[in-house]
Amino acid sequence: MHGRVKVKSTAQQEEEKRKEREKKLKAFVSARDAVLRKRSAGEHDEEALQLTQQLLSSNPDFATLWNYRREVLLQLETSREKDEVQKLYESELHFIEACLKVNPKSYGCWHHRSWVNTRLPQPDWTRELGLCDRCLSLDERNFHCWDYRRVVVKESGVSVEQELQFTDRLIGSNFSNYSSWHYRSTLLPQLHPQPAPDSASNTSPSPTASPQIHSHRVCEEQLLKEYELAHNAFFTDPNDQSAWFYYRWLLGRAEREEMISCVYVSRERERVSVAFSKPVHAQSEGLMLVLDGQPQQVEWRSTHPRLRHSPVWLCDLPPGSVSDISNEHNLTVHWTEKYTHRDCALYTGCAESWCRDSATDQELFRSELSVEKSSVLQAELQSCNQLLELEPQNKWCLLTIILLMRALDPLGHEKETLAHFQTLKEVDPMRSSYYSDLCSKFLIENTILKMEYAEVRVFSLSNKNLTTLCHLDQLLLVTHINLSSNQLLRLPPQFAMLQCLEVLEADDNAIESLEGLYHLPKLEEVSLRNNRILFAIQSKCFIRNPFSAFRASAWFDLVSRSQYSSLINSYRLCRIMEGQQI
Amino acid sequence: MFLLYFKTWRIPVLKICCVHFGYCVFKCVYFSVRHDIACHVTVCSFKMAAEDLPSQFDVVILGTGLTESVIAAACSRVGQSVLHLDRRNYYAGNWASFTFNGLLSWIEEYKNQQKVQITESEQVWRSLIDEGEDVVPLSSVDSSISNLEVFCYASEEEEKEEETKAPLTSCQPVNAETVSEETTGDSTEAQDTVTEPSQSQEEKDSQPISSPADPPVEVEKKITYQKLVKEGRRFNIDLVSKLMYSRGALVDLLIKSNVSRYAEFKNIGHILTCRNGKVEQVPCSRADVFASKQLTVVEKRMLMKFLTFCLDFEQHPEEYQDYTEKPFREFLKNKKLTENLQDFVLHSIAMVTQQTLTEEGLKATQHFLRCLGRYGNTPFLFPLYGLGEIPQCFCRMCAVFGGIYCLRHSVQCLVVDKASNKVKAVIDTRGQKISCSHFVVEDSYIRDEQRQSTAYRQISRAVLITDRSVLPSESDQQISLVTIPPLESSAPAVRMVELCSSSMTCMPGTYLVHLTCSSSGTAQEDLAPVVSELFHVSTIPGEEPSEGAEERSKPAVLWVMYFNMRDTSALDSSSYSLPSNVHVCTGPDGSLGSDCSIKLAESVFHHILPDEEFCPPAPNPEDIIYDGDGPQAEGPGFDESVNTEAEEEGAAHEKNPSTEPAEMDSVADTTPSSEE
Repeated sequence: MHGRVKVKSTAQQEEEKRKEREKKLKAFVSARDAVLRKRSAGEHDEEALQLTQQLLSSNPDFATLWNYRREVLLQLETSREKDEVQKLYESELHFIEACLKVNPKSYGCWHHRSWVNTRLPQPDWTRELGLCDRCLSLDERNFHCWDYRRVVVKESGVSVEQELQFTDRLIGSNFSNYSSWHYRSTLLPQLHPQPAPDSASNTSPSPTASPQIHSHRVCEEQLLKEYELAHNAFFTDPNDQSAWFYYRWLLGRAEREEMISCVYVSRERERVSVAFSKPVHAQSEGLMLVLDGQPQQVEWRSTHPRLRHSPVWLCDLPPGSVSDISNEHNLTVHWTEKYTHRDCALYTGCAESWCRDSATDQELFRSELSVEKSSVLQAELQSCNQLLELEPQNKWCLLTIILLMRALDPLGHEKETLAHFQTLKEVDPMRSSYYSDLCSKFLIENTILKMEYAEVRVFSLSNKNLTTLCHLDQLLLVTHINLSSNQLLRLPPQFAMLQCLEVLEADDNAIESLEGLYHLPKLEEVSLRNNRILFAIQSKCFIRNPFSAFRASAWFDLVSRSQYSSLINSYRLCRIMEGQQI
Repeated sequence: MFLLYFKTWRIPVLKICCVHFGYCVFKCVYFSVRHDIACHVTVCSFKMAAEDLPSQFDVVILGTGLTESVIAAACSRVGQSVLHLDRRNYYAGNWASFTFNGLLSWIEEYKNQQKVQITESEQVWRSLIDEGEDVVPLSSVDSSISNLEVFCYASEEEEKEEETKAPLTSCQPVNAETVSEETTGDSTEAQDTVTEPSQSQEEKDSQPISSPADPPVEVEKKITYQKLVKEGRRFNIDLVSKLMYSRGALVDLLIKSNVSRYAEFKNIGHILTCRNGKVEQVPCSRADVFASKQLTVVEKRMLMKFLTFCLDFEQHPEEYQDYTEKPFREFLKNKKLTENLQDFVLHSIAMVTQQTLTEEGLKATQHFLRCLGRYGNTPFLFPLYGLGEIPQCFCRMCAVFGGIYCLRHSVQCLVVDKASNKVKAVIDTRGQKISCSHFVVEDSYIRDEQRQSTAYRQISRAVLITDRSVLPSESDQQISLVTIPPLESSAPAVRMVELCSSSMTCMPGTYLVHLTCSSSGTAQEDLAPVVSELFHVSTIPGEEPSEGAEERSKPAVLWVMYFNMRDTSALDSSSYSLPSNVHVCTGPDGSLGSDCSIKLAESVFHHILPDEEFCPPAPNPEDIIYDGDGPQAEGPGFDESVNTEAEEEGAAHEKNPSTEPAEMDSVADTTPSSEE
């Protein structure tokens, strides 16, 4: 048409582009071959730098070329003056910057950059920080840049305050940024550490509490400011998880001190069970058993062969060492690596004995906050409830309220907590299993607390929709356990930690596997009615357990019902496995 | 006299390549700055004598405002031959941006126009009218600007004297004699212009003539009037104050048509409001709400909840259907937003009035929110070097595709075919009859006889030069939008845009402040109260000390201009009695965005060319085929040697200030004669 500008057709353009690409590819391949030839010939000269530069600037992810470049640079470095070396590496930095523009997430580039900075006679860290800032302003979640920035900060000695301000700035511009929240959580304990707990030592049974235990906690004043910051974020956008995660970190408990939480000794079996505050590998931890002042050579084994790291370990005492009921014995377990130990006295006439910290003493399932701070927590709970009023469907808010309630008073808030779990499962059905497991965990914790307040060794938690079992190490001393009418799928290997268990009731569950059941020395009565136990093979080992009450039974196969009917007659296991759905 | 000059050519290469046979051929080599690609296009060729202007065009467009320029670009882009005229010696009409000195000349022109009535001679064109043809004369006077007042508060003293003696004239409106005495040669002409309006103002308002007040704070930083004049080229003062919604029709069009490559933009940094005399930040984005110190956490939640709802309010009709007939304000109340938040949403986010209905308010809020985050934390962009850039960008686009431009060239009358009642030709101010199939004209060229009604809405405007920002912050180079809610609910809200020097609209150390509202009285009546509330205006002696520290914290006004501009945006084709192929473009409206003008341009374009695409993307320079069967070249073809020459020239050229048309005229005037 008249007066129109003629433009190449798309087909023409495509064709041109294709040709262009072909040309480029040809050039790239020939240059690459040339470089690789040079490298195998061991040539380390300027030309190599030039060639690799050409290739890398179009494809910065070619790790071999970066390696070759480093070789060349190291070679050139030897023959140059200091000024020239500086210049050489500075131009290298410029080149890397250009490559980063091509691909800001190139592993090779970032790695090479940190390497160049270590070789640079006078590295300019301010410029590097500026580069990171620019890069993060383009993509605030570029983890390569975050990593590199950490190196730069470390090398250049930027103060923690400045770094905290840096996170302030990033969070201010967009608070949906895990990286900056997380960075904050590493900086705060350095800048505002929690003062050393002076009163804590008298509650702790271990005389040598290591000083670094509380090092990742933050002092209270700063904590209050951080709560406010997190509030602002989640009131602004309650569906953004990053602030909630940070908030949970703020509310979080310190890791438990590493210590021996319980020593149990049984005269009849001549066996010692030791529970630790967290899973350990006893063979390599330098455990030492001293009986009446005499170190004993014992072999530690975990409660279940599949558990290599376990919070509960067993050992057999030399035969006859404690079997005389009229003797009193003093037992000490030393954990030499952690400089801690626990004593246990086995008095005359006692068949067994133990020494432990109870869950109630340790406030094991509460927050580690001081009394003043629980008022703060109360305030936090209030503001979260306020948010819940505005956003009754918000899962993050619900979950946080549950956690706060647990931290404040797990037993007092039990009812509300369960109600909130119900809502959570409704508003977030995709994670209902997670909520069920979490709820089970809290219920078990509560039951442990109740049991210990009542000072009994009976653990009963029936008809509570339990889906999982946890804190089994806390149940080392339990003799009777009732888990009926729940939704348990298995008795996991950890179940073997219940070394004192005599009676187990677990009717009306969906238990398929009984792994944990085979290593219980005192088990006398098991009821597993209406479950889904599938494989007889497991049962074989169960029968072979030398300590179990079924020792006399030679063999039985659960697959065939007729065969275990005889078993039922012979033993008190009268209710076992009735109504199995096979 | 022909003028082809675009301010937008930041690296402009504009050269008269050859002059012979009475032709003056303009060639242009322009660089796409971003792509570093030189593109060579012959823009257009002119014949120097009036009768040599082509006598046939598809579309003749009169007026170079935004709407007309967009239409020109759109028509030219699809191959229409376009003649684009403007009676003024600058581009963009009421959309123009001026240097300080350019603005002073504009003020003078306004003043002269008030005095002189141009006599028109019919004789020239009478003879050109054939039988069966009728004539519709056009107006030669632009009456869209009124009530222009200028005051100067900057010191008149020489800078060196400042410290020793309090300037007697510090608050005096500009005086003709002193100005012309003190100014340097090149701006003398401009200076005189200021005097008359301000003197008349003195008489009318009995404003204090002199005030030997102490020089306000910071003597060393003080900016004198001389400084403003001397640095006048650094100013780009818009007649219309608008921002670009980053998802508005204008930005979309700029992107779609590739015209955006001709301009640069800056993000607005702050959205502020003024409540109880205090300027504070409006939390409008997520980050703002998060960082806000004024809001409680519950308010934050309520606000975010409301804003999230507004983003897709159409999906939740149940939330607002009871309020469709009720004002937006009531809906906000019902949503349990606190008083605070209601103000924020109503005035600063939706930017509507108390009376606006709910649905409109929701739509406005939604538009605002959708624009957030596209180019930064606020929804707005501002073109560097002023809003006047935008029409020129489109003019440039038009020229690149062959449009012909003549400034200081208007149309006297339209020649209408009696039988069809359609315009068949126009007679220009040089008496040439130019036939055309469509005629597009800006409203101010229309005579009252062709109008159904002569009652107009008006926009009140104030332009201030100040010494400080209304909201001091870490970075002083931020553009701020301030909405000032009305004191009484009946009064209009005032919108203020404060431009910093990095927006290339004012000299460093100053801020350019635009105030806009729909008029209820003269601009001064409407806006002076706001000015004195937000700024320190030196008045009578002795007043300043009593005001104390509070006054000092406010920025001081150095210079201020008030005027009213006619707002014709409500008019449509039924408001005029004109032939059907005459398309009237209304002037700028009072709103913050330019959507209205762009929509109008699009509808006019579709009227003219119903089957054509509106501003399709301009092709990449490298995709254009030049040789052999190349395009129908307008004028002399593409010449390699000439272009290289022009390129060299281009490198030497720096930014040409646009509003010095006198300079350009002289180039056009002298070159041919010297060749001869």
